[in-house]
Amino acid sequence: MMSYSAFLTEYGPRFLDGATVTAIQTVLAAILAIVIALVAGLMRLSANVVPRWVATTYIEIFRGTSLLVQLYWIFFVLPLFGITLEKFTAGFVAVGMNLGAYGAELVRGAILSVPRGQWEAAIALNMTGAQRMRRIILPQAMVIMLPPWGNLLIELLKGTALVSLIAVADLMFEAKQINGTTFLSAQAFGTALIIYYAMARFVITPAMRGLERRMRRRLSRA
Amino acid sequence: MFDWRWDFTLNILPRLIEATGNTLLAAGIGYAIAVVIGLALALAQRTPFRALTLAVREAVEFIRSTPLILQIFFVFYVGPQFGIRLSPWVAGMIAIGLHYASYLSEVYRGGLDSVPRGQWEACAALNLSPARTYFRVIIPQALPPSLAGMGNYLVGIFKDTPMLSVIGVAELMHTATAIGSESYRYLEPYTLVGLIFLAISLPSAALIRAFEAWVRKKLGMTR
Repeated sequence: MMSYSAFLTEYGPRFLDGATVTAIQTVLAAILAIVIALVAGLMRLSANVVPRWVATTYIEIFRGTSLLVQLYWIFFVLPLFGITLEKFTAGFVAVGMNLGAYGAELVRGAILSVPRGQWEAAIALNMTGAQRMRRIILPQAMVIMLPPWGNLLIELLKGTALVSLIAVADLMFEAKQINGTTFLSAQAFGTALIIYYAMARFVITPAMRGLERRMRRRLSRA
Repeated sequence: MFDWRWDFTLNILPRLIEATGNTLLAAGIGYAIAVVIGLALALAQRTPFRALTLAVREAVEFIRSTPLILQIFFVFYVGPQFGIRLSPWVAGMIAIGLHYASYLSEVYRGGLDSVPRGQWEACAALNLSPARTYFRVIIPQALPPSLAGMGNYLVGIFKDTPMLSVIGVAELMHTATAIGSESYRYLEPYTLVGLIFLAISLPSAALIRAFEAWVRKKLGMTR
């Protein structure tokens, strides 16, 4: 039986490689999710029925089915429609599109909870719709929605573990490979669990807290 | 482009519908485990023992911030390493049940915190035992504000059951993948799985919202 420190010396580099891929997938999926959430969230609030309807359909489909189903559909079925994505791309696109649908509802809710007076004041100052949204409403909505976005980003990090099922060599994938060759399941999966936890607790959570503090400070100075 | 084959669709539909039964069963059992263990986890954080509170808090955080799919693998493969062999169903139910128990414990915690202090003091004044205090006074009041969260996680657990396919639980996703590898056709099985999920989760979400509104009205609560 191998000691845990010997196990770590032997397989540590592979866990790190996997964790790097997980981090890259998380960042790319997060960027996609934020863009989709902003666009779909604003479309849901549009006065025009067409964009509203498109966004609602998108959100309902992606929130109504499983991320795993979406990932398999994008990877195995989309090529039949002539759109072939490489597995690495298919991975973060599926995760980003899924979490973007959840994020859109956060964006919508936050924009709606900006006090009415702020809208009225912007109109009174003769701002255009775009100016009003960009300079008055969105900055305040940001402060409101940042805490739930912290939770959503942790969900996103967890969601990226599914890309291992289409053979993207992320942390989950490496853990499975190491388990397959060593049969040291507790060590292989346990180490991966600890790394995921560390990423959520010691990277995402503090980063979001810091961002919340900065946004609040900027808003009170303005 | 692509060709959707209706004869093939009709051929595989009965198998997929049968597998939907397993998916619903898995969601139901997993949720039942989560409801009970989640309550235990929430109550364990309200005892006078600080160490217990902190330990449970940390465990809940850990389970909540790590991927369910990894937890499923962990439960399924770690047992045999120590001579305990779990079937895919048992391992899957433990993993998904515990994962959602940690989510539900947070929902309950919010509900319990929303019960006014005066209710506790009244129970103490009436000399009610802790069990009576919880089961007759506190929990009935903590339940309505928890219902929305509980409903969301019921739909959530249903949507997470495809992950059980990775250890061989014969639910929808597992069956669709099996059909795909037998026939080399993925368009129909995976699209049907998506449609079945939509057909169940959208009405359930609407039903849960209606039920929640009904309970609130029944208890004479505004909001």
